[in-house]
Amino acid sequence: MLQKLLLGDEALAQGALDAGLSGCYAYPGTPSTEILEYIQTSSEAEERKVHREWSSNEKVAMEEALGMSFAGKRAMVCMKHVGMNVAADGFVNSAVTGTVGGLLVVAADDPSMHSSQNEQDSRFYSQFAMIPCLEPASQQEAYDMAAYAFRLSESLEEPILMRLTTRLSHSRANVTTGKAQPENGLNPPNAKPGRFVLLPGIAKRNYEKLCAKQQTMVDSSDASPFNRLEEGTENRYGIIASGIGYNYVQEAFGGKCPYPILKISQYPLPTRLLSRLLERCDQIMVVEEGMPFIEQQLRGPLNPTGNIHGRLSGDLPRTGELTPRHVAEAFKLPVPNTTPLSPLVKVRPPRLCDGCPHVDSYKALNAAIADRPGANVFGDIGCYTLGALPPFSAISSCVDMGASISMAKGAADAGIAPAIAVIGDSTFTHSGMTGILDAVWENSPITVLIVDNGTTGMTGGQASINNGRLEDICKGLGVAPEHVRIITPLPKNHEENVKVLLEEIDYQGLSIVISRRECIQTLRRKARK
Amino acid sequence: MKNDIVLAGVGGQGILTIAAIIGQAALKAGLNVKQSEVHGMAQRGGAVLAHLRLSDAPIHSDLISQGTADIVLAVEPMEALRQADALAPQGVVLANSRPVQNIGDYPDLETILAALRAYPRHVVIDADGMAQEAGSSRAMNMVMLGAISPFIDVPANYMTDVIEATFARKGAEMVAVNFKAFEVGRAAGLAIA
Repeated sequence: MLQKLLLGDEALAQGALDAGLSGCYAYPGTPSTEILEYIQTSSEAEERKVHREWSSNEKVAMEEALGMSFAGKRAMVCMKHVGMNVAADGFVNSAVTGTVGGLLVVAADDPSMHSSQNEQDSRFYSQFAMIPCLEPASQQEAYDMAAYAFRLSESLEEPILMRLTTRLSHSRANVTTGKAQPENGLNPPNAKPGRFVLLPGIAKRNYEKLCAKQQTMVDSSDASPFNRLEEGTENRYGIIASGIGYNYVQEAFGGKCPYPILKISQYPLPTRLLSRLLERCDQIMVVEEGMPFIEQQLRGPLNPTGNIHGRLSGDLPRTGELTPRHVAEAFKLPVPNTTPLSPLVKVRPPRLCDGCPHVDSYKALNAAIADRPGANVFGDIGCYTLGALPPFSAISSCVDMGASISMAKGAADAGIAPAIAVIGDSTFTHSGMTGILDAVWENSPITVLIVDNGTTGMTGGQASINNGRLEDICKGLGVAPEHVRIITPLPKNHEENVKVLLEEIDYQGLSIVISRRECIQTLRRKARK
Repeated sequence: MKNDIVLAGVGGQGILTIAAIIGQAALKAGLNVKQSEVHGMAQRGGAVLAHLRLSDAPIHSDLISQGTADIVLAVEPMEALRQADALAPQGVVLANSRPVQNIGDYPDLETILAALRAYPRHVVIDADGMAQEAGSSRAMNMVMLGAISPFIDVPANYMTDVIEATFARKGAEMVAVNFKAFEVGRAAGLAIA
């Protein structure tokens, strides 16, 4: 028994290590990055040789973790919520194949979009794939749930989704850790189950089995140590509080809530506990972080009696993170007066660092297209997305990982000229390469500017796994070698870089300009060492 | 007891170092801790925020509600004002007076400082300058940590123990500079505590 101060992400990572984890797979993404980072710096993981390298994207990570589960070992795959969209094919089908070694899929949601493009709620993915979902309310629960999730996964022979949210992932608290368990042995080769071959005949049988397990999953939620009905003294309201929503209810009532609270941290919804609450309370308030997942299930499309309250009813805000104050206001509890923000306070948006190579790349690009009025620049996901803001105002889109290249190609198909994509090195190997193949096939007149800072910068400088071979990768994908150019984004090279960019932008075919200089943050970190 | 602290600054100034040292010291003192941080995009030179809660009772929420914070500690004056809404009526404002003027429309500094000094309980100090005098302008955070130390229920020597552990690998001189920075900050805090 040891007490440590851990982020929710770190508590989960330590919990998984202590639960006999053999491999963690991930692509960095806020707020999930610190899970694998913790395992990478753990001496236990080092000693045990737990797999802990970054994967090239979330789909690859998901499939690698499934492979480890196939081999009988406990595996965890971690990503931010939008990473679930990338991993979805393997994720949904892993519920159809089923698992052998415990498989924990972790999605860290980012309500309020602190560092994201949307606030999708990963609980819907668990419902879609028809598997259980765990949603810890505290860092301690994140730790405890890891071992529980592996056991549940192995007893159901299904993957388990764990949903974290920003305020748990990135908040530290006291966590008491327990004893480490041994890892699973290798699944003997003669025990390879045929159920992993999703030919229609097998997939149909598997899917029926998955459907037949649904009641077991509900029973497990009713018996879960993480779900409980807390009695109240008044039944005017019944509260359903999920994940960290539970904390906000407790905070709003100062730990003395008069109404019964159904705390939910395991899905599918526990029907027996839910019935007990609904039988005794007329009005139900659903307090959940993210989208109205529980509320929507309870009210249905009509909500005929109007007794289900939450984000859809307007009692709580429809979008964004919850706060204890939102909950207090929903119950008409007294809250302190607030003062409006002083007009002295100005917006201070994030910006590219002083000395950042992207600054010089954007200066060169803006100069190159200054007299190309038809130019459109399609951006991507990374620090360089900040090129959308002044003083650069350089890009007109940022949608998803890799979309810069595919959107530029589609826009060029439609007649936009010149169509230019700006993408980082890590985003390129994550999801940019497949778009290049299409552009090679049609020799599309687009220019792809790969801003290669040698790292995954926005999430804190994780490995970018192209091994410094971006030009070889591009040529290997079929890009004409004379149209794969390399520039060094430095002020002294400005004129030359503009010239190279213009030559390639004016070329009526696919061209790639790799603008290569190390991230100023990783460079500084190395210098300090 | 409870200490609800909102920490504010500009990305890269290192408010998380302050929060981490208080958190570790509080853990040693047997207190419950919750410390919510911001990572990712906002860290790139933008306004950043952390919530730190200490209590001898269980802490429910990771977030501090508006109008209930005991202390707003800001390592940049405009950022102090941005978080002033968090403060409870008798709360304390601790602010570094040295601005980070990385935006075009940064308001008049004296007007900002006057607004901060209008709070009944405030410590507005040139933490950068005090750190420089102590031996290194990079110890600005330790001046601010010293300034907050009289207002929280964690023994000061627990904090200096953590400072020592944090800077030990950088040598005895670095530890001494950070101790000195902590002490001058603490003296400024004690003046109104």
